[in-house]
Amino acid sequence: MATHQISVTVNGEAHAAEVESRTLLVHLIRDELRLTGTHIGCDTTHCGACTVLLGGKPTKSCTVLAIQADGCEIGTVEGLAGADGMHPLQEGFWEKHGLQCGFCTPGMLMTGAALLAENPNPSEGEIREAISGNLCRCTGYVNIVKAVRYAADKMGAAAAETANAATDGEDN
Amino acid sequence: MIPPQFDYHAPGGLDEALGLLGELDDAKVMSGGQSLLPMMKLRLAGPANLVDIGRIPGLDTIKERDGCLRIGANVTEAQLEESAVVAERYPILLDTARVIADPLVRNRATVCGNLAHGDPANDHPATMLALRAHVIATGPGGERTIDIDDFFHGLFMTALGEDEILTELHIPVPSPGSGGAYVKLERKVGDYAVAGAAVQLTLDKDGKVTKAGVGLTNLSFSPIRASAAEETLLGADFVPAGGLRGAIERVRDAITRASGADDIIAAAAQAAADVTEPVADRRGSVEYKRNMARVLTARAIRTALERAVAGG
Amino acid sequence: MTPKTSADICGMGHSMKRKEDPRFLQGKGNYIDDIVLPGMLWLDIVRSPIAYGKIKGIDSSKALEVPGVLAVLTGKDLEAYNLHWMPTLMSDTQMVLPTDTVMYQAQEVAAVIATSRYAAADGVAAVEVDYEPMKPVIDPFKALEEDAPVLRSDKDGQTDNRIWHWEAGDKAATDKVFEEADVVVRERMHVPRIHVASIETCGCVADFNPVEGHLTVYMTTQAPHAIRTVLALVAGHVGLSEEKIRVVSPDIGGGFGGKVPVYPGYVVAIAASVVLGKPVKWIEDRMENLQADSFARDYHMAAELAADADGKIRGLRIKTLADHGYSDAQAAPSKFPAGLFSICTGSYDMEQAYAEVDAVYTNKPPGGVAYRCSFRVTEAVHCMERVVDTLAHRIGKDPAELREENFIPKEAFPYQSPLGWEYDSGDYQAAMDKAKEMIGYDDLRREQAEKRARSELMGIGVCSFTEVLGAGPSKDFDILGIKMFDSAEVRVHPTGKAIARFGTKSQGQGHETTYAQIIAEELGLPAAHVQVEEGDTDTAPYGLGTYASRSTPTAGAAGAMAARQIRDKASKIAAHLMEVSEEDLEWEPGKFSVKGAPDRSVTIQDCAFAAYTNLPEGMEPGLEATNYYDPPNLTFPFGTYICVVDIDRGTGEVTVRRFVAVDDCGNIINPMIVQGQIHGGLTQGIGPALFEEIPYDEDGNNLAGSFMDYLVPTSMETPAWETGHTITPSPHHPLGAKGVGESATVGAPPAIANAVVDALAHLGVTHLDIPITPDKVWDILNEKGVAE
Repeated sequence: MATHQISVTVNGEAHAAEVESRTLLVHLIRDELRLTGTHIGCDTTHCGACTVLLGGKPTKSCTVLAIQADGCEIGTVEGLAGADGMHPLQEGFWEKHGLQCGFCTPGMLMTGAALLAENPNPSEGEIREAISGNLCRCTGYVNIVKAVRYAADKMGAAAAETANAATDGEDN
Repeated sequence: MIPPQFDYHAPGGLDEALGLLGELDDAKVMSGGQSLLPMMKLRLAGPANLVDIGRIPGLDTIKERDGCLRIGANVTEAQLEESAVVAERYPILLDTARVIADPLVRNRATVCGNLAHGDPANDHPATMLALRAHVIATGPGGERTIDIDDFFHGLFMTALGEDEILTELHIPVPSPGSGGAYVKLERKVGDYAVAGAAVQLTLDKDGKVTKAGVGLTNLSFSPIRASAAEETLLGADFVPAGGLRGAIERVRDAITRASGADDIIAAAAQAAADVTEPVADRRGSVEYKRNMARVLTARAIRTALERAVAGG
Repeated sequence: MTPKTSADICGMGHSMKRKEDPRFLQGKGNYIDDIVLPGMLWLDIVRSPIAYGKIKGIDSSKALEVPGVLAVLTGKDLEAYNLHWMPTLMSDTQMVLPTDTVMYQAQEVAAVIATSRYAAADGVAAVEVDYEPMKPVIDPFKALEEDAPVLRSDKDGQTDNRIWHWEAGDKAATDKVFEEADVVVRERMHVPRIHVASIETCGCVADFNPVEGHLTVYMTTQAPHAIRTVLALVAGHVGLSEEKIRVVSPDIGGGFGGKVPVYPGYVVAIAASVVLGKPVKWIEDRMENLQADSFARDYHMAAELAADADGKIRGLRIKTLADHGYSDAQAAPSKFPAGLFSICTGSYDMEQAYAEVDAVYTNKPPGGVAYRCSFRVTEAVHCMERVVDTLAHRIGKDPAELREENFIPKEAFPYQSPLGWEYDSGDYQAAMDKAKEMIGYDDLRREQAEKRARSELMGIGVCSFTEVLGAGPSKDFDILGIKMFDSAEVRVHPTGKAIARFGTKSQGQGHETTYAQIIAEELGLPAAHVQVEEGDTDTAPYGLGTYASRSTPTAGAAGAMAARQIRDKASKIAAHLMEVSEEDLEWEPGKFSVKGAPDRSVTIQDCAFAAYTNLPEGMEPGLEATNYYDPPNLTFPFGTYICVVDIDRGTGEVTVRRFVAVDDCGNIINPMIVQGQIHGGLTQGIGPALFEEIPYDEDGNNLAGSFMDYLVPTSMETPAWETGHTITPSPHHPLGAKGVGESATVGAPPAIANAVVDALAHLGVTHLDIPITPDKVWDILNEKGVAE
């Protein structure tokens, strides 16, 4: 059985690993790198509990071979919070009760993060569409939508502040 | 759910990939892997070798050239959704991409893979039939062009040889006055189609249909071209005397007011339903699916007409 | 409701952010598959492809050649230890692994133990089993026919496929009401087999220490204490006595009733760990979860309603056939084989009712668990709420109006129902009024009339349900003989912080927050300073677990009672500290002060410190209490749900345009969490109403055994729920609370079904079975000649 040496950068940290051809990315992340925030909920690429960012795009890591990620940047929920605390999305989910059992939450967060990176001001419809590949059995989605909106507002306000500060700087 | 063992190969170029296909026993080509990997996890597929063409450069572009929209083997559904040229001139492709699986799957699933998989439940085959696309297959002897009508050979079977790779799709650039639509009935996001209908129409300056393409999803063991429906539409005059210009709402009203328009649409939709050979399953009875072919075809025709008139 | 405590204390009525969330939000939850122990092995299961047949042989030789595979366990191996059978929570029996016969598709047949997840899967693929298929019994009605084969011939005295017959009410008196009634309406309906499909599947890590003879089982269980006792009963004869068993329920990714039963996988993993002396992990995949774990519902009901000509309901009669599959493996209280189905008279006052249920065996997976429901309440409510609508349409009365005319009036509480329940409290008209106002009921009826004139199909569905929760009072409620109390142990530390442990187990309901708020309410300690723990049988007090919306009614009450015991002791300490008599003290949250001298006070924290440092003479040190709460009655939450649906005449698709849910769960502990529970319950209501079902073909093949066909609603199918509430406190619960987790799952399906029927009623349609799929609707549209 052939194995392969691969290297991946996860949440900014480089890792080398030896994997079988068939090793699924989600198992590399969970079982080898022990980043267990990424979950497994189905076998058929439906639930999205395993969603990670692969090259910046939200991806179901149960349906990608680890070796396909060789040389790639991977983002997981463990990398979402920064040095200065939780990501606005994490804050939004907490404030708006966007989680209950928490099992789908990491996947939802990664999908939400990718959405906001592409579309900083999504409508309810756009949010619902973006998270339609992530199943949640607890929340009924309403508060997840609110949580993403909370983050959009907060990040929007922060961006506006930064822009204002920059303009002020020019004026001076 | 763990796939059986296999060996993985990631050629850096097309020649290397073709060489591997020639050398290796029981090799399967993979790009996005969103259909193949689930089947392997369920152990419904177990190739000894996987040739991942995902790292071959140059296969990930969408561009119009020499009268064709060319979609490379590694172009994802998400790329289609984001493409300006697709949004402008190929709304039927946008319709199709947006109803495939879910947004996350579409970040990896490829358009060409959707065809090469040979699954009649996939959505692009019907659209490509309606668009009269050509499939470019590259093998040890070079490229060959396969007419879309010759491509599908039955359940999970296509015209591709074991030593060939589907490298590109060619879609003729639509002439002015063209419009298309794909309408899919699914039970929920992420479901395969109960039924789907793709319609691409071209109208001349007088509003007569000069080109018609109608393809159907998941209504037989292969994707279906509804030729009789196309013939019914050809030559039909949907635009009332005096022509049409103006707001889309007025266009929509006018199309349905045009003398006999409803009858022609109904006849074409019925002709589409008549060629289906659906199988009863959890998504519905044979009768239901036939009727959905009819209903969805009619809806796709109406949207295609609106877009043709609005665009042309 | 204005909170009695400040935001700093965060007692009842505050929407406190959940204390458990930071770990979930940062990927630091500890779910079963996150647990890895040194030397841990993997277990994977070989399952039967057929529904019924003899096992002629199991050949493990090729599997044992797979690198990493250590052992293959079969029923014969377990038989050597007499571990091949186990009891269900309903005192039925089921196989752990079969020795000669398989009884349902996906039944566990053998277990492969290997050094990795991947090797175990390869081992499963390599085990060869030779079956001799037999003709299965799939249709529960055919199971009762005389020539049907007796499926459970292993059971002494079992001569047919009937498991039990249950009835409630006065049959003769009810029959008489029906004979005299002006109007009788009838509906036959099937509430089909569905599955909870929590996003986390089931699994365990069994860790037997051969030196100590001690077993620790980390498992996805909603009832760790009861499971420990069951394990001791099953495996006591091989040396696993109860003090040597520790069950730990880690973070659980959704339970909804599906994580109450003991599945064979758990038992095999434990057996493997005992035999091999190493930790063994078993995690089922989604297909195993959907194909083999306990189902819910599967009630075939024939309901009749008797009424006067003007619509006054007089009587209800229901005959039910319950398909339990291969074994009665539901998790209902022992004396309630049909659960709390006798709540079926619902929110309406009537003279008589009679309900009967026959349970049968078929060749399907065993079960009968309550999918987010208090033991068959969903089936009962669905039946009643559907047939009430049939009556309304028959006599030409608005369904809301008919309900209002038949509601049990609020003055009638406590109300004795004809089937024996004493409803503790209710104000049904208030919930109805609020729901109608929120949705704009009269305007919708006008819109519907206009649309109908244009041949557009729009329906308005109403459901006014009554739940029965909080099992339950020990005189009636037990599981395997263990009374259904629940418990809390509260310990206040010297610095005024506390730890509180409970016999329940959250699976997302937010117990770490709501329980802390209950303690905060009663003691005035900030909820932020109350650490809540559940799920470890070595540390938490014994309780029956979390299901059937029982946590707040039982363990929540226990928490309040324990806190009150602590407050009583603190009061004595406060009197000692201020050198006054206890009678001279006044309590406000967090503080004792002297009557008439409000500036003389001590805080609860002062009392806590004194409990360890400065006690009145003769008082036992420390400040803690344990309470086992045996509720005096059940609680009866209720609500009115109204929804609007539009039907696509071309495809038969039903779109829920709006859905208003007004709930009354008594006093509310955390409004944010309660609303979240309603949102989730509604979504698990629209699921069964429109999408979810596990059907079988005549060979016993599961036709929805993966998420490809078991349709869990996404954000796109789920409407933006609108919620409201009224408050009618429970008179007997210490906090006036009633429980809320499942109301919406119970109330939503009939509201949606009623809306669809309402849209089609003018065509003569009176009923559609759930799930109401587009093809079912289209068949009717086609038959009635209105399809596009």
